[in-house]
Amino acid sequence: MADIVLKNVYKRFGDFTAVKDLNLNVFDKEFLVLLGPSGCGKTTTLRMISGLELPSEGQIILDNEDVTQKRASRRDIAFVFQLFALYPHLSVYNNISFPLKTQGIDKKQIEVEVQKIAKLLQIDHILKKKPKQLSGGDLQRVALGRGLIRKPKAMLLDEPIGTLDAKFREEMRTELKNLHIDSGSTTVYVTHDQVEAMDMGDRIAVMNHSLLQQIGEPHEVYSNPKNLFVAQFIGSPGMNFLEMESVTSDGKVLLKFTGDGTTIILPDFLEEKINNKKELSKITWGVRPEDVEIVPEGTKNSLRGAVFVIENMGNHKIIDIKLKDGTLIRVRELPKSKLRIGDNVSITFDMKMVRLFDTESGDSIVFQE
Amino acid sequence: MKKTMNNLSGPLNRQMSDTVFVRLCILPVIILLIVINIFPLFYSLILSFTEYSARKAFSPEFIGNANYRDLLTDPTVWVRFVTTAKYVVMSVAGEMILGFSIALLLQEKFRGRGVLQTLLVLPMTMSPVIVGLMWKLFMDPNWGMFNYLLGLGRIDWASNPDINLYAIVIADIWMWTPFVMLLSIAGLSAVPQSLYEAAEIDRASWWFKFTRITLPMVSPLLMIALIFRVMEAFKVFDVPMGISGTGSSAPPLIAMKLYKDTFLTWKTGYGSALGYIVLLIVIAITSIFVKYLNKAKQED
Repeated sequence: MADIVLKNVYKRFGDFTAVKDLNLNVFDKEFLVLLGPSGCGKTTTLRMISGLELPSEGQIILDNEDVTQKRASRRDIAFVFQLFALYPHLSVYNNISFPLKTQGIDKKQIEVEVQKIAKLLQIDHILKKKPKQLSGGDLQRVALGRGLIRKPKAMLLDEPIGTLDAKFREEMRTELKNLHIDSGSTTVYVTHDQVEAMDMGDRIAVMNHSLLQQIGEPHEVYSNPKNLFVAQFIGSPGMNFLEMESVTSDGKVLLKFTGDGTTIILPDFLEEKINNKKELSKITWGVRPEDVEIVPEGTKNSLRGAVFVIENMGNHKIIDIKLKDGTLIRVRELPKSKLRIGDNVSITFDMKMVRLFDTESGDSIVFQE
Repeated sequence: MKKTMNNLSGPLNRQMSDTVFVRLCILPVIILLIVINIFPLFYSLILSFTEYSARKAFSPEFIGNANYRDLLTDPTVWVRFVTTAKYVVMSVAGEMILGFSIALLLQEKFRGRGVLQTLLVLPMTMSPVIVGLMWKLFMDPNWGMFNYLLGLGRIDWASNPDINLYAIVIADIWMWTPFVMLLSIAGLSAVPQSLYEAAEIDRASWWFKFTRITLPMVSPLLMIALIFRVMEAFKVFDVPMGISGTGSSAPPLIAMKLYKDTFLTWKTGYGSALGYIVLLIVIAITSIFVKYLNKAKQED
């Protein structure tokens, strides 16, 4: 078990830079999720930690040892591949024992270790089968078993449950998380699914366009996103965005919704943030569905709109409000809500939860370090 | 509904149905096969139980299994089988080892790999008799390059009966190594890269990866190469014919005797019997290999 440190790491493939100036600390026994859309550099990062790719620049430190130029076989890490990469000609037993056999470990001891892992993963009944005969979930468990058996310094997982069906994915999430707690290994987990990331990660590192955007605990990246990308990538349904302009009236800064010209009076703490950045005029107003309230039409300091779509999710409703200019705002409402499609309403916002972004750069104005 | 469908495809249907058309297309091949393969196969089986010479105007005379008895009790025939077996083992072993090794080397990426691969395949595309004649010239004791390049002095590879078997083995290996190489390349490139990455993560050494992943994954294709080469080598005729001719100094290969008995001394019945013995041996050997091949495939 060990911590992992990446210092100013770059990876270039020809003209393409897959990872730019990445600084990342993974703490001992932590479950870190690398999250981002496809092509953002998350898998490349994982492969560099494993040693399957060597960085073009920078330094990788594993358990206080500089392993930057070491091949995968010289680092003590386990890797679970997206498509499992089990040895198709070997039985489950031989797949799991492979990492021990390469080390020339005594046969009897291997037998003991395999049985222990098989019991933990509940695959002791399929040890004699070939990978071809297994279901997706069992393949997954065997791949995990192969990683866990030699007690590596770190477990690296590359979208290991991406190919399973939805219901089973949920089960595996819990199982993986429990397994991590039981084994206590430092884990880096790559996924493009933000639900998975929120659910499993001790911390989440969000990547986009080869750059690390933000790293933090799930609730941090959710409620305090550093920029527009993180704000829209995390959360389901996603954050609502409104285009605003800052205007000054009677010495007070107001925000004008560009859609219908309605101005919104800001609380002092938000006004102050905008005042600090005088050069700003275009501001993106971000608010999560649960921080919007539907109020009777014409309420003070609100935006007008009409109910457009109602999605009944069982324990809550997602109501889409169409504003004057056509912008849709998704609101999370209690299931007992009596609203009907076409009702004219207004919406107000929980000002403490509103996130403001510089429209041009995408950076958050209200980000708290 | 059915009626309209019929009407739509009507004109074509009335002319010729698909199955009739398919059968018509296959017919010429079937006729050809019957005339030049299947009929001779059975006719020679009949002839093998007769005293017959295709050059003489007598009809075949049934003599029971006399031809087979003569052949199987003739010690020179056994010498020929042993020599042929030696030849098969040496040349096929050489081809398998060399062909697979070259294929492994060609897995590495380097400049000019494609060109090299094409050049390496060329020997296989030549006519075997030409290969034989070319090696005969190449190994000529007076002005051949072979001895000179290897600094061997005046060794008469083609006509010295003690060593001309090796000359043929060398020529055969030269010609057929590319075949094993091609099949090996196909097998090697079908092994998913991710398995090697997984093995790298599992801290496997090069040798461990080679013996536990590469070999088992490629073995079905290697087995196919082996079957083809053993079958071919067992009945090899053209390369030795090109190198040492069919005279008394030629190496005592079984196909050589088959040729001499059937086409030089015109003992057609006797030759047919020998042909059948060879056929049975080849079938026996290949069926053993095919059994192993199926086993290897099942284990996948």
